Amino acid sequence: MSDIINLTLSALIDKIKKKELSSQEITNAYIARAEKSKDLNTYITTDFENAIEKAKKFDEKGNFDCKLPGVPLAVKDLFCTNNLKTTAGSKILSNFIPSYESTVTQYLWDEGAILLGKLNCDEFAMGSSNETSFFGNVESPVGKKVVPGGSSGGSASALAAKLTPATIGTDTGGSIRQPASFTGTVGLKPTYGSCSRYGIVAFASSLDQAGPMTQDVSDAALMLDVISKYDTKDSTSVNFKRGDYFKSLSSNIKGKKIGIPKEYRVDGMPKEIESLWQDGITLLKKLGAKIIDISLPHTKYALPAYYIVAPAEASSNLARYDGVKYGYRSEGENLISMYENTRSEGFGDEVKRRIMIGTYVLSSGYYDAYYLKAQKIRRLIKNDFDEVYKSVDAILTPSTPSSAFKIGDKTDDPVSMYLNDIFTVPVNLSGLPAISIPAGKDKNNYPLGLQIIGKAFEEQNLLDISYSMEKELNFKNNLQDWWIK
Amino acid sequence: MSKNKEYLIKRGSSEYEVIIGLEVHAQVLSKSKLFSDSPTNFGAEPNTQVSLVDAAFPGMLPVINEFCIKQAVKTGIGLNAVINKKSIFDRKNYFYADLPQGYQISQYKDPIVGEGSILLDLPDGEKNVGIERLHLEQDAGKSIHDIDPQNTLVDLNRSGVALMEIVSKPDLRSPEEVNLYIKKLRSIMRYLGTCDGNMQEGSLRADVNVSIRKTGDKKLGTRCEIKNVNSIKFMQMAIEYEANRQADILEEGGSIDQETRLFDTKKNETRSMRSKEDAHDYRYFPDPDLLPLELTEDFISKIKKEIPELPDEKKKRFVDKFKLTPYEANILVSDIETSKYFENVIKNSDVKLATNWITGELFALLNDRNLEMSESPISSKNLSTLINLIKDGTISGKIAKTVFEIMANESKDPKSIIDEKGLKQQSDPKEIEKIVDAVIKENPKNVELFKSGKDKLFGFFVGQVMKKTDGKANPKLVNDILKKKLN
Repeated sequence: MSDIINLTLSALIDKIKKKELSSQEITNAYIARAEKSKDLNTYITTDFENAIEKAKKFDEKGNFDCKLPGVPLAVKDLFCTNNLKTTAGSKILSNFIPSYESTVTQYLWDEGAILLGKLNCDEFAMGSSNETSFFGNVESPVGKKVVPGGSSGGSASALAAKLTPATIGTDTGGSIRQPASFTGTVGLKPTYGSCSRYGIVAFASSLDQAGPMTQDVSDAALMLDVISKYDTKDSTSVNFKRGDYFKSLSSNIKGKKIGIPKEYRVDGMPKEIESLWQDGITLLKKLGAKIIDISLPHTKYALPAYYIVAPAEASSNLARYDGVKYGYRSEGENLISMYENTRSEGFGDEVKRRIMIGTYVLSSGYYDAYYLKAQKIRRLIKNDFDEVYKSVDAILTPSTPSSAFKIGDKTDDPVSMYLNDIFTVPVNLSGLPAISIPAGKDKNNYPLGLQIIGKAFEEQNLLDISYSMEKELNFKNNLQDWWIK
Repeated sequence: MSKNKEYLIKRGSSEYEVIIGLEVHAQVLSKSKLFSDSPTNFGAEPNTQVSLVDAAFPGMLPVINEFCIKQAVKTGIGLNAVINKKSIFDRKNYFYADLPQGYQISQYKDPIVGEGSILLDLPDGEKNVGIERLHLEQDAGKSIHDIDPQNTLVDLNRSGVALMEIVSKPDLRSPEEVNLYIKKLRSIMRYLGTCDGNMQEGSLRADVNVSIRKTGDKKLGTRCEIKNVNSIKFMQMAIEYEANRQADILEEGGSIDQETRLFDTKKNETRSMRSKEDAHDYRYFPDPDLLPLELTEDFISKIKKEIPELPDEKKKRFVDKFKLTPYEANILVSDIETSKYFENVIKNSDVKLATNWITGELFALLNDRNLEMSESPISSKNLSTLINLIKDGTISGKIAKTVFEIMANESKDPKSIIDEKGLKQQSDPKEIEKIVDAVIKENPKNVELFKSGKDKLFGFFVGQVMKKTDGKANPKLVNDILKKKLN
């Protein structure tokens, strides 16, 4: 059984296809491990009974030609799942059972995958440590009382702890890449418009993008093949020619030009991050890539711009949680007091903070100074990337300015928490694809990730570069299973 | 415009001019909603025309209904307006129980249609009223407060239905101009098939902006906005009340507060809903779920080709081709159904008679029974036949009115009515001569008096002949024969 959970997604699929393993064996293995891993608090909702039932059905008459034949998967609780509670990590949706399925998860089930359950996340995906969830913080398997990152913290933790062979998260400002970096896993944020947002609880619509979180780059390519499709139900979905990512994976990156942006060398960045980055550069050179120093001059404005645009959209997106139609309601004497009671009891502090910021920056008299200016900066940041992509194929940066921190370390200091996203938000603001791959460890033996940022819609290039690096890096998490009961 | 016809509010020695601008909300005629595929049927059971998108479930996204875009562009073209190739959908944020998203998707800074105009026919000439803009937006649901004593109920059937907000310039000067403006706008949209204009069903309603200024002043006064008025009569009453209210305040040395007011149809007065200070901050911003709407030249020119003849052109054609007076033409073109009816009748019938019968008898009948032209109990084909029977002398105009009445009740064709009731006109000169002879024979005294110069008695003889024929004798023949016999 321990063999099963140690297999990568593609290896599992291989064994299922060869009938060396049944869907039931695999599903049972992951369920058994999850039952013993409750201390990590990765699951908000489990659907194990149904999963076993579906696995049985798959073994009886499943289609083995699917891309994910009989593979059990747990997903972030931001994806709406038909008939299964979907909370977005919030009290306000703690009783919400959708009657519909998100497009992206539907694609997983269409390819034969089986839902294990819904993974913890920061409330409405607002957070960088999975500490804002109404369902409690998630612990990272990389160390006791260590945060898994956020907002897809439950996904990252479950993946690293081998409670699911792969998973999907959502990334608005780094919510896939930062937890991947913190947990020694691979996290890919595809180009905005690649994966449908239909049925994903919205945080900031112009930035939200679903993406794979996997054990290695091949698995990420495989998952991307499944979830990246044009969808008419999402008006921002883009109908571009998608690659055959998994099949086309190549580790030959000779001659590729990789940019190293000087603006990402920030003050106070730990030495270990600096040397991780340097090692990455050396490795790329060794692999035959050409390293080019570049400048992305507006980088320093990305974080402030992000923390205007994202809360602005969120303040509006979250207006629908008002106690009228579904979700949590706290009664009041009249409509207004019902709203006030429902929303003050239903939302946590971080969500309220962002709703207030967002409401403020959209208010008349402040709109031009904040929201409009942030949009202008957004365009300048995008222009920076467009400019450098005339001379480079991809950009290498650290994924985060630090490794994982302890639970509670930053909860009282939102700004220091927000600084975690400093390397990831420019990517969302520009709609570009980026991947975080595990590349080393810090002095505590906590994983560190490198981020590769690609050109829009050129995920293959991104995957090839990470694939070639991964082979040489040969990163191993070597977790001690300390949380298993 | 001649001075004496101006609508002015008088207070002592002061005269105030009334300045009116309208924001008309016209429901787009469309099978499905603006951003979802739910149906838009009126009068359906509550909450039966609602999709997950309309009810704003988590993760649901709006997808623009292309047909609604076409309808808006079509309307824009009908209003001689600029079609903006790029427009943007914004979110207008506010909380209300019947607004499931917590925002209305609307267009704020970049509407789909820009400036245009509507031509009004006033008794003393034409007047152009400017259109500021037309934009698309979602309707909200409906809060129902009077069914359950404890709770407010919400019906989301209207939630997400496409509306066109058509904003006029402050060019209107009287309740009568408002009447003509709304009717003309409705007429144009009905011609285009972009809005059914049904005010009872709420397909057309308006926010009315009213301000006043002393005659001769150039500067506009402070305006009040009267929200959501759903009939022309109420708009006129509200304006009348509001203009007088403002005049009273100014006359007493006060000043007008810019505010939103409601018209109370029971008390016939407007009252304050909220002041400018309490005005909502709607926090408009571009909806990130929707990309800017870009229209191609091709898309617009295809729609241009679908534009039918509109009332102004039709009126011109009726005047030029059929020699109708502008007044008659106006009446006939104002409603598309009437114009269609008219054109069907005149395919085979005399234009003059058709005009008279439609604007006379038929209008009176419809008015009497409170019917729309489309509900007319007399088909255009039957009216055409009736007119032809008058024209060829089969029946007299007088008998025709009798036949018309029967047609109105029985929906039969006039020929069978005439046959059944034996109403055919007696046009045989020999038969009439016999009757005339009989009448002369029976009234020797009156014949004598007539011959001695009492010309007025001629009518008496005609009447006697008609009496004997149950009114069926051809009046012209009766006249001719009587004249011959008596002289």
